[in-house]
This record gives sequence, C-alpha cells and structure tokens, in this order.
Amino acid sequence: MKKFEYTEKKDTRSGFGDGLYELGKKNPDVVALCADLTGSLKMNAFANEFPERFIQSGIAEANMMGAAAGMTIGGKIPFAGTFAGFATGRVYDQIRQSIAYSNKNVKICASHAGITLGEDGATHQIMEDIGLMKMLPNMTVINPCDYNQTKAATKAIADYMGPVYLRFGRPAIPVFTPADQKFEIGKAVQLTEGSDLTIFATGHLVWESILACQVLEKKGISVELINIHTIKPLDKNAVLQSVAKTKAVVTAEEHMMNGGLGDSIAQLLALENPTPVEMVAVDDTFGESGTPAQLMEKYGVDSKSVVAAAERVLKRK
Amino acid sequence: MELDKLKATASQVRRDIVRMVHAQKSGHPGGALGCADYVTALYFEIMNHNPGNFTMDGKGEDLFFLSNGHVSALWYSVLARSGYFEPQELSTFRKINSRLQGHPTTAEHLPGIRIASGSLGQGLSVAAGAALAKKLNKDNSLVFSLHGDGEIQEGQIWEAAMFAAHHKIDNLISAIDYNGKQIDGPVDNVMSLGDLKKKWEAFGWNCFSMDGNNMEEIVSVMKDVKAETGKQKPLMIIMRTEMGMGVDFMMGTHAWHGKAPNDEQLAKALDQLDETLGDY
Repeated sequence: MKKFEYTEKKDTRSGFGDGLYELGKKNPDVVALCADLTGSLKMNAFANEFPERFIQSGIAEANMMGAAAGMTIGGKIPFAGTFAGFATGRVYDQIRQSIAYSNKNVKICASHAGITLGEDGATHQIMEDIGLMKMLPNMTVINPCDYNQTKAATKAIADYMGPVYLRFGRPAIPVFTPADQKFEIGKAVQLTEGSDLTIFATGHLVWESILACQVLEKKGISVELINIHTIKPLDKNAVLQSVAKTKAVVTAEEHMMNGGLGDSIAQLLALENPTPVEMVAVDDTFGESGTPAQLMEKYGVDSKSVVAAAERVLKRK
Repeated sequence: MELDKLKATASQVRRDIVRMVHAQKSGHPGGALGCADYVTALYFEIMNHNPGNFTMDGKGEDLFFLSNGHVSALWYSVLARSGYFEPQELSTFRKINSRLQGHPTTAEHLPGIRIASGSLGQGLSVAAGAALAKKLNKDNSLVFSLHGDGEIQEGQIWEAAMFAAHHKIDNLISAIDYNGKQIDGPVDNVMSLGDLKKKWEAFGWNCFSMDGNNMEEIVSVMKDVKAETGKQKPLMIIMRTEMGMGVDFMMGTHAWHGKAPNDEQLAKALDQLDETLGDY
C-alpha cells in the first residue's frame, strides 16, 4: 500500500482562512462576511488586510445570508462564514430562497462541523448539515480532508459560478495531501488501489480511513480508498468504476447516517449496481461534550469503526 | 412623467392586477392594489433604470427589490408596462410553464427580477447587500425595497435594520406598505407594530411618512427622500395605504388579501378603473 506521511497537524479552518486571504490578494471582487466568529474561522488575515471588503455581520446569520445574496448582484463573490450549525439549520429558509432557488454566487463557509467540535457539546455539533445542503437544488457540497485540500478548495470555488457549501472543522489533523494540488469540484481522488473493497471517505474521516487501511493491509485485505471531497455533485463514474471491481463498499464521514455521503453512495448503488454497503457515520443521535478523539470513538466515527465496517462488509460479499 | 400620466398608468396597472388574479382564480389583489401608485411612480418617475437592457448586476442603474413577493401581480404589470417584457405575457400569470410565477423568481429568467421573494422578511437583507455592493463598486445609483407591514414581524427584518444602519448604507431607500392588515386580520390584533417611525429611528434610520395612494405626495416626498441619500443613514418610508385601493368592495377589509374576484366582481372592479394603455 502507498505510504501516507505527514510532517505537521493543522486545522482545516486554517486552510480556509489562508485560502481566503490569498483570494483577497488576487481577486478584488471577493468579499467576506462573518457573524462574530472571525477568529474561530481564521478570517483575521483577510479582515485586517482588506477591511473594506470584510463585512462584520454580528450575531445575525439570517441577515448575513441575505446580504451575501444581495452582494452577488453587482458582481461580488461573497464568502459568508460561521459555525456549520448556524450556517445551515439556523438559516435554512434564507439559503433556500435567497441563495439556492435564486442561484446566487454565495460561498457558505461552515466551520466546526461535526462531532470533533468537541467540548461545546451537542448544541454546536451539527451532523445534519451535509444532508440539509445537498437537498437543495443548485447547491454544491464540498467537505475537504485536510489543511491543504481545504485551502485549495477555498480558492477553487471562487472560480465556480453558483452557490457552494464548504464544510470544514476545528481540530488539528495530519496534513497529508500535496500543497500544490489542483482542486477539481466534483472529482473524486483515489488514494489507494485495491481489490477487496472500496472505502469512500470524506472530511476528517479520510485520514481515519488511511489508518484503517494500514490495519486492514496487515490482515491481508486489499482496500481501494477514495476521497470524496465533493458530495454533490457526486463523482458517479469514480464510484461505479471502483465498485465494479471491488463489489463491496464502506462509507465514512463525520455526519449523520441520514442524509450524508453514505446515503448518496447507497442511493447511487441501489439505482445502478446494488452492492453491500456498510456506513461509518453517527446513527440518529445527538452528540455531547468531550475531546474530539473521545467523541469519535464513542460515536463510532474513527479508524477502528472503519476497520470493523470493512470486516462486516466482506462477510456480506 | 407628468402626474396625470402617472395616475393613468397606475389605473391600467390596477386593471392588469384584477384581470390577472381573476384569470387564474388565484393571487393577492389587496396589497397589490394598495401599492400600485408607489410602484408605478418608482418605475415611471423616480428610478433610473434600463428596461430594454436588463442585466442581473444592474451596475449604474437603480435597483428595486420586492420583499413582500405576494404582490407579484403588481410588479409584473409595472415591469411589463415599463418595457421589461410584452404586456401580453401577463396573461400567463400563475399558469403552468410561465415566467410569471406566483411569487417572483429568478429561476425563470424574467427580466426585471434579481432575487426570489415570497418567504417574508428576506428582502431587506438582500437590498442592503446589493446597496453595499454598489458602494464597493463606487456606483452612485440607488437601491429601493418594498415590504409589507405584517412582514416586519419577521425577526430578520430587524437584523437587517441593524446591519444597514451599522454599515451606514445610505444608498438604500426602503418602504413599508402600512395598510394595517394581514391575513388573519388587522395588524394591531395579530401582532401590533407599535410606533413604527420611532422604532426605525431608534434603529438608526432616517424616517419619512407619506400617503402611498396620493401620487402628488409620493412624487414630492420621494424627491425629499432622494435628497437625503448619501448622509450616512439608510432611509425608511412609512407609507400609509388602503388595501384594495381603487376597487370599492375590496377596500376597508383584509378579505381580499389573497382572494380572486369572480366574473361579476371583475366586471364591477373594471368599471371603476379606466383602461388607459390598452388591456393586454
């Protein structure tokens, strides 16, 4: 199996902040809005360097989404940032009408997504956001896996015309993708080649799946690992091609099973090529306070859960 | 445009509204009739805009956002009569495969519309954002928005009110259609608004009042309001109107908020409204 190494751990939200800052230098139409979480979203560099283009919106997310939609009229490219819970569930109708239905070029930038937000607990740990966003026509949903990929994704979505939901997180995790990668929206990234099963992972669960692959390899199991950074539109060809070969699937994500990546893959396979699927995801429950590692273990979204799911699916093959 | 012509245009717009709502037996005539004078005045006298060359960005021209999207029949009529599309298309209002959806949308690419509205309370944020983009673009044109009085019960309106004042969005002229009525009855019974002028002033807006069914007053007050743009404060007009204005049996009640006239009622309504520009 291909080796994956890393020299440092970094949070994906810093990838967003650094990507946004680079965009600010390059593109004068890029503007940023934030609902009183500038530091948490690492938007300080942009805010300090481009104060005219940084629109502090206060603790008023509904208005922030509407104002972002309005700013697209006039050619601005707004990046509206807050925690994932407040960027989706709290403002669903604003996103639905003013952004998605109106097809506005707003980039919804959602930090602290999933259970790894940690100690703040269930009020802040949204695990329904991918489902909420992928249900909306016109919406693109992206969940990159590390600092480098989040930075590349942030820059790439500025060149794409249309609403985007960009999801990233709080904890420092290994940086293992190349710094100079080209980010292609809707294009899956194959990380390992294998023949026994395919793991489709997204976000923080990509690294966990790499760890799982190392364990599975020692057990003599050959795994194809594919990073699905774009959940919508789904790279259907990549999924179907791999599954035609391996005939068994594990999906892995830091999200509810309902509405997540696993749900998208299962739908595709049910329609095109029925295949055994096991899902590593949170099963219809709210989270709680704890460290990210404790929570990932307790709620079944870590490398151990991926290994167990792989062993289960092989028995169903 | 001269006052007489503005009044005549508003009369035709009112005819269009009742005919459109009657034809599909659905729509919202009450508020549409009440705001007909103001929106007619905006498009035929007050705003600088380009009906023949609609662009989504609207750079260099004044923009209008209808936040109370349910009075769409009014907006469609005014857009058609001012040249955004052929008046004949008004006959497709609310019908299958039409660009004239029940509530305004960009999804059908109807010239003149820049955002969807219908779910209430969102248009002030959008207008404030569009106005802010104009400032960043060094574009000196203005942004107008219209809101229902019941609509301002939505919390997002007050978020936007704070936002516009905080960011000194002084190229934004908003108006509230203060007809005092909403679906469930008088606004004061459903959820009273208190002293509207004081509320908006407390939120940092420069506030005006006018009779929204008096064309002379509309034209004169709007001149004053435009003269107050560029002075660090957003502008709000508390506009008193009569729901159903122009059709006697639709006035003085909230019953015609979302109800279509039957054949007999249509004939009675059209008897009261001069056909000035030719029916579509």
